[in-house]
Amino acid sequence: MRFVEGLVVTVEVSVAAYCISLILGLIGAGAKLSNSKVVRGIADLYTTLVRALPELLLLLLIYFSGADAIKFILSLISEDFEDFEINTFAAAVAALGFIGGAYMTEVMRGAILSIPNSQIEAAKACGMSRFLTLRRVILPQMLRYALPGMGNLWLSATKDSSLISVLGNTQDLLFMGYRASAVTKHYGFFYSVAAILFLAITIISMIVIKMLEARVNRGYR
Amino acid sequence: MDDSLALFIEIVPTLLAAVPVTLVLTFLSAVIGNTLALPVAVGSLSPHIYLRYPSLFYIFVMRGTPLLAQTYLIYYGLGELFPGTWVQQSFLWPYLRDGFWYAIFAFSLNTAGYTGEILRGAILAVPKGEIEAARAYGFSRFLIFWRVTLPRAIQICLPTMTGETILLLKATSLASLITVWEVMGTARQIQKVTFRVYEPLIAAGILYILMVFILTRLMMVVEQSINRHRLASV
Repeated sequence: MRFVEGLVVTVEVSVAAYCISLILGLIGAGAKLSNSKVVRGIADLYTTLVRALPELLLLLLIYFSGADAIKFILSLISEDFEDFEINTFAAAVAALGFIGGAYMTEVMRGAILSIPNSQIEAAKACGMSRFLTLRRVILPQMLRYALPGMGNLWLSATKDSSLISVLGNTQDLLFMGYRASAVTKHYGFFYSVAAILFLAITIISMIVIKMLEARVNRGYR
Repeated sequence: MDDSLALFIEIVPTLLAAVPVTLVLTFLSAVIGNTLALPVAVGSLSPHIYLRYPSLFYIFVMRGTPLLAQTYLIYYGLGELFPGTWVQQSFLWPYLRDGFWYAIFAFSLNTAGYTGEILRGAILAVPKGEIEAARAYGFSRFLIFWRVTLPRAIQICLPTMTGETILLLKATSLASLITVWEVMGTARQIQKVTFRVYEPLIAAGILYILMVFILTRLMMVVEQSINRHRLASV
């Protein structure tokens, strides 16, 4: 039964991290396509650094620095927070979302560039403001191009979420496997159970992604 | 700030000494994994269901579960089988006690799954006309595969393989969790000894960025040398 709890935690962490990476991805894609050199430079630095560093290293780095930053801010406000312990869940989600955001930026950037330019020109000719063009023309159409990449990133988000078990008492699926096998010494069995549950997440995700892809492509068959 | 810098200078040689471990892990896993990927890819395209389904299933399992879970399963799962059996007395024991070989084993199997899928797509993408031309010349089926399909497929999937190798280089950091002292493991060890959080991690990060950069450059050279006849014709 503890494995079901672990499954829920893993899905929760993945969903939360994925939402953050979606927001960061949109901002990042906008920044990469911006006219300002500085903004583009920052976005390039973000995606290059995150994609060149191992996820485990980034996770630890963001986890520790996030904890220190929050402690520092709290210590400025009041001294009561001296022994404040940061929530592992929140820190892990923030770190995974930050990592996923870099990959999402590339997916979204590619999707925006795939939209035929004439569509955007047409919107401009109709007198749409830039924001309206984004909302009515770019976002709905880019979904069709972005969805395969977004689906892949969701699958890696669920798998990357297993890394948080390194942080200690995280209660996620792999951590449950780790603890169950450490207690019973049946390593092979309990790690297999964890792996099969991960496989179940993947199977269900793949079915949902197929359905979503069919839905966004419904006008193009 | 000053003692930060001093610590940096102090730990860099220790981390540099661990770089070969990371590189050997990457290289061996890439070579073994990519070799294993060939039968997986060919099997997944076979008309026989007894070859096709197991290959597709293998690809699916390797891509559908986290590498960390696979690594733990292999390290702890296999590790629980051996102690107390004849293996402990055999000449293999020194190897089987070391996390390094389990890491190579896990990463190779994982790479075989990912590359198998890439290679599968690339084999399907080889233009039909080239295979028909080879057939018209009377090539045997094996010769067609060896001389036409495979080289063309490798050419097609090489850019993807570059990305995959970089992912593998980064994934070797997981070996630190099964007691292999590569760059990441060494950095964490330094963290524990010096009680400093950031300096070891940042120094390791810089090393990883350098390794990725050099690997990208190397793969660009390989890509160019494989595509040289195409570049020449333009």
